Amino acid sequence: MIKYIVKRSLALIPILIGVIFLIFTIMEFAPGDPVVKILGIEATSEAKEQLTIQLGLDKSFWERFASYLYNIVIKFDFGISWRTKNPVFEDILPRIPVSMALASLGIIFATIVGIPLGILSAVKQYSLSDNILRVVSTTMVAIPAFLLAMLLILLFSSKLGWLPSGGIESLKSYILPVLTSGGRYGCTVLRITRSTMLEEIRQDYVRTAKSKGVPNKIITYKHALKNALLPVITTIGQNFGAILGGSVIAENVFSIPGIGSLVVLSIRSKDTPTIIACVVLIALFFAIIMLIVDLLYAFIDPRIKAKYVKVS
Amino acid sequence: MKNSTVNDKIDKEVKDARRVTKNSHFFEIWNRMKRDKNCVISLTFIGLLFFVAIFANFLIDESLVTTQNVAERIQGPSSAHWFGTDLYGRDIFARVVYGSRISLSIGILTTIFATAIGSFLGAVAAYFGGKIDNIITRVSDIFIAIPEQLMAMVVVAAVGATPISVMVALGVVVIPNRCRLVRSTVLGIVDTEYVEAARACGMSDISIIIKEVMPNTLGPIIVVSTQGVASLILTVSSLSYLGVGIQPPTPEWGAIIFEAREFLRIAPYMCLLPGAVIALTALAFNLVGDGLRDALDPRLKD
Repeated sequence: MIKYIVKRSLALIPILIGVIFLIFTIMEFAPGDPVVKILGIEATSEAKEQLTIQLGLDKSFWERFASYLYNIVIKFDFGISWRTKNPVFEDILPRIPVSMALASLGIIFATIVGIPLGILSAVKQYSLSDNILRVVSTTMVAIPAFLLAMLLILLFSSKLGWLPSGGIESLKSYILPVLTSGGRYGCTVLRITRSTMLEEIRQDYVRTAKSKGVPNKIITYKHALKNALLPVITTIGQNFGAILGGSVIAENVFSIPGIGSLVVLSIRSKDTPTIIACVVLIALFFAIIMLIVDLLYAFIDPRIKAKYVKVS
Repeated sequence: MKNSTVNDKIDKEVKDARRVTKNSHFFEIWNRMKRDKNCVISLTFIGLLFFVAIFANFLIDESLVTTQNVAERIQGPSSAHWFGTDLYGRDIFARVVYGSRISLSIGILTTIFATAIGSFLGAVAAYFGGKIDNIITRVSDIFIAIPEQLMAMVVVAAVGATPISVMVALGVVVIPNRCRLVRSTVLGIVDTEYVEAARACGMSDISIIIKEVMPNTLGPIIVVSTQGVASLILTVSSLSYLGVGIQPPTPEWGAIIFEAREFLRIAPYMCLLPGAVIALTALAFNLVGDGLRDALDPRLKD
C-alpha cells in the first residue's frame, strides 16, 4: 500500500514540471515588452537595460525557464508581479485559504446534495421526484455559472435581501458563491450517481440477492451503492477541475479576493508572473485532489488493494 | 463472358445488401431518436438557431446591431425591441441574433477540428502502443492537469482575444480530452479479429486506423462531441463575461452580458434574456447528445 502511495505521489512531479513548462511557454507568446510594462514608456534606456538584465531577459528561453523552475522549487519564489511590484507569492498567499474554503465548501455541498438525490432518483426511477430531479439537473448543467450567480443575486440579495451579494465579511456571504460553484457540480454528481446506480441495479448479483429474498433497502445501500460509489468518486475528483473553474466565475461575480479573481485581474493587466503562478498553484491543488481520489479508490476497491498487497 | 455477368450480378447484390444494411442501421438509430421527444424538440430548436444564424441578414437589418439610439436606451422588452435595448440604445435581440453566428461557429468548428485531431492522436496512441502511446499520454496528462476554463483563459491571454484565438484556446483544451476518450475506446478494439484480418490483408497502419478503427469509435465520439458543443458555448460566453474572451462591442453572447452586468439590478432583462438563449442552446445540445447516446446504444438507456 505504501509502495502504491509513493509511486502515485512521485508520478506527480513530472506532470507539475510539465505544467510549469507549458504555461511558461504559452506566456512566452504574450505580446508586449515586460520592461516597458514595469517601468512605463518614459523610462530611461539605462534603467530599461538594467531591468532587462535583472529579469534575465537577455538570456535564452531555456536558461530563463531553468532559473524560473529552480527559484520555484528551491525558494518558492515566483518572481515579482508586474502589476503590484510585490513578490508574486506574497500577493497570492492570503488568497489561498479563501479559494480553498470556497472550493471545499462547493465540493462538500455537491457531494452531500448530489449523491443522496442521485440514489433517490435511481431507486424511484420514473417517479415524480425522479422526473423533477432529472429536469432540474439537466437544466442546471446547461445554465452558465455567471447566469446562475446573477439569478441568485437577484433573488436572494435584491428581492429578498437575505444574503449579501459580495465580499467575505461573514459566513453568510459564502452561501451564494458556494451555490454557484457547487450547484452545477452537484447536478453532475447527481446525474452520474443516478446512471451508475441504475446500471448496478440491473446487474446479475442484484437479481440474485432479490431472488434470495434480501430486502430492497439492503440491496440498494449495501450491494448496489457500494459498487456504484467507485465511479462516482472518480468523477467527483475529475470534475474538481470544473469546480475550480466555477470558482473563478463565482469569485469574480461576488468579488471575493481569491486566486480566481486574481487570475482574471492579472490577465486583464497582462501580469505574466502572477498568471503563471496562479495556474501552477491551481494545477497543484488539482493534482493533489486527484492523488487523494486515487488513494481513496485504492482503499475502497479491493481489486486495486489486492494487487499491491500481493506485490509487497 | 457469362461468368463475368454473374460476377457483376453478385457484386451488385452485395452492394445493394451493403447499402440496405447501412441505411437500415442509420434508419434504426434515427427511429429510436425520433421516439425521444426531448431530442426532437431540441433538434428543431438547434435547426431554428442555425437557420436564424445563417439567414440573419435577411431577417434583421445588420445595422441594428451597431446603431446607437440614446433616446431609447435601457428600455425593457417591447414589440419594437423584443429583448429591450442596452446602455447605448442598441437592439439586444438583433445583437443576440448576430451573436449566434459567433457562438455557434466557435462551438461547432472548434468541436470538429479538435475532435478530428484529438481522436486521431488517441487512436494512434492506442494502436501503436509503446513509446508513441507513452509520449501522447504523458503530454495530454499535463494538459488535463490544468482546469479547462483556466487553460482557455491563459491561452487567450497569450494569443489575443479574437474569435480565431478563442477557437485555438478552446481547441487546446478539447484535444487532450478527446484523445483520452478515443484512446481508451480504441484499446478495446485493437485486439479484435477484424483489425487482425485487415493487418493480414496487408493494409497499412494508417489506413487501418482511419478505415477500420476510427469508424468503430464514432458512437462515443459523436455523443461526447454533441455535448462538447454545449460546454464550449458555455465556456466561450464565460470567458467573455469575465472580460478575458471576445471583447465588446462584438455581439458575442457572453460579451453582451459583460456589457450589461453593471445594470443587473436596474434592468435585469439585459442580462437574463441573452443568458436564457445561452442556456437554452446548451440545453438543446445536451439533450440531443443524450438522445444520440440512447439511440446508438439502447442498453445504456435509463
